Amino acid sequence: MLVLAVVFCLPLFILFSVALKAPEDLFTDALAFPTDPHFDNFSTAWESNTGRAGGLRTALVSSLIITGCAVTALIVIGSLCAYVIARRPGKLTNTLYVLFVLGIIVPFQLGILPLFVMFRKLGLIGTYLGMVVLWVGILTPLTVFLYTGFVRALPRDYEEAARMDGASTWRTFSRVVFPLLRPITGTVAILTGLFIWNDFFVSLIFLGGSGRETLPVAVYSFVGEYLTQWNLVFATVIIALLPLLLFFLIAQKQMIRGFSGGIRG
Amino acid sequence: MIADPRDRQSAVSDSAASPSRRSQSLRKVPWILAVPAVFALLVLRFLPAVIGATYAFTSWNGVGVAADWSGLENFRAIFDEPITSKALFNTFRLAGLLVIIANVGGLLLALSLHKALKTRNLLRALFFLPFALSHLASGYIWQYVFQYDGPLNRGLRSLGLESWQRTWVADPQFAIYTVLAVLVWQYTGLAMIIYLAGLEGIPDELHDAVAVDGASAWLKFSRVTLPLLAPAITICATLTLIFGFGAFDQVVAVTGGGPVNSTETLATQVWRNTFIFGRYGYGSALALILAGVVATFAIAQVGLLRYREKQLL
Repeated sequence: MLVLAVVFCLPLFILFSVALKAPEDLFTDALAFPTDPHFDNFSTAWESNTGRAGGLRTALVSSLIITGCAVTALIVIGSLCAYVIARRPGKLTNTLYVLFVLGIIVPFQLGILPLFVMFRKLGLIGTYLGMVVLWVGILTPLTVFLYTGFVRALPRDYEEAARMDGASTWRTFSRVVFPLLRPITGTVAILTGLFIWNDFFVSLIFLGGSGRETLPVAVYSFVGEYLTQWNLVFATVIIALLPLLLFFLIAQKQMIRGFSGGIRG
Repeated sequence: MIADPRDRQSAVSDSAASPSRRSQSLRKVPWILAVPAVFALLVLRFLPAVIGATYAFTSWNGVGVAADWSGLENFRAIFDEPITSKALFNTFRLAGLLVIIANVGGLLLALSLHKALKTRNLLRALFFLPFALSHLASGYIWQYVFQYDGPLNRGLRSLGLESWQRTWVADPQFAIYTVLAVLVWQYTGLAMIIYLAGLEGIPDELHDAVAVDGASAWLKFSRVTLPLLAPAITICATLTLIFGFGAFDQVVAVTGGGPVNSTETLATQVWRNTFIFGRYGYGSALALILAGVVATFAIAQVGLLRYREKQLL
């Protein structure tokens, strides 16, 4: 098993080893770690990528802003809606629930062009606000679906007690219900965050050439220019991956538990 | 015939009195809280999809506002043009193979990891890691692996398998499998996580009970484990199918659709035609086909597996 896992992670080893190679031995012994690691590849990649529009530094900022704002918005919007659906059982909420599930199944590619035309009229192309709105649109169905399953299984005793004590709806939700949703909120944040952070398709269309490109788009345009210089390409890829790898190392257990929990829930 | 009025009264007061406190507090969750999500669903999800579907029947090229209806012309063109019909074929091939390989592989990994207790967490993390990486980044890594001078060919040479060497990414016959390799590498770990979660949900007593009855390992697997995994299979097969049909990033990173368009997929063709060539109507028709195929398969798969779930349980 361990051997298999090592083979599985071999491409990652290659990623790091090539990123540290001198340009002349790019294709010699890919599996041997370079004896004189060229850490300057990273600074070269960083330098040649920053400073210009869509460079790595701005891309990092873009990715952080867009992912952070969109995930926050999704959590607020999704949990509130799920609260209504789970606590007002009936025909209407049932239909609503089915519609949200349908929203997960219909591929978003179909609506991309109309959204592009709509956003162009509203001046939202190439803006952070536009991207956040777009992601809320694409991922709200999944978020509501995950939250609803969880809220339905949540006992009502606590919120009823809060109500008896005269708490308002908003207070009941924000102080009693929402804290109880923590496990599923973690799942939602990880799932949607990963999706948005790694996205290339949507960001390419809506941010391409705007100077506010996210990391994958910036990496893509860099690779287009330097394709044969694999050491610099991989150094760039690693710089772009670093935030995610750190997050994975820290939150790996929650991430995996979140995935299985969310999928089971 | 006439019901005793006292009965009726008591029935009414019964239904009104006892659950009244409960329903009173429940009824107070106001609808307005659901408005933002419903707005997002209708305006940002369904409305664009409906508009996109209507574009598919026009010859709009992005110039002007009014578009001319062209009926099924776009769809006829899709099947006539070699690039798009090839893309359609490629998409089905990729999605089909991905579903089979990732699910069988993921299930096997999950079964062997489920028991291994000590190294389990480490192994689980290692297999899951590729899924967390950006698709574009993994695509670039694999493009390097498949280079003519790259690690794969070098490895084959050192094993004395020179005849197996290929110009993988540049070979129209093999290029599609390089894309498949990236997809499999990324999604097998996800499948494993889902199946592990499914296995954890199966109570040990069930296995013990069957073991007492003297069932063989295969019987145990096929009659107990597999049926109880049905929900996990449903979710996992549907997810990998959706990812396979929508494959875009990996194609762009590994082959860019080449050589000679041999690795174009529906998603890359939607993008190219719509946003590069400005063929809005044609691109929308492709997107509609993609949506139709995914929705049909997803709904059919969920329906079929749910049905089997019920049959087996």
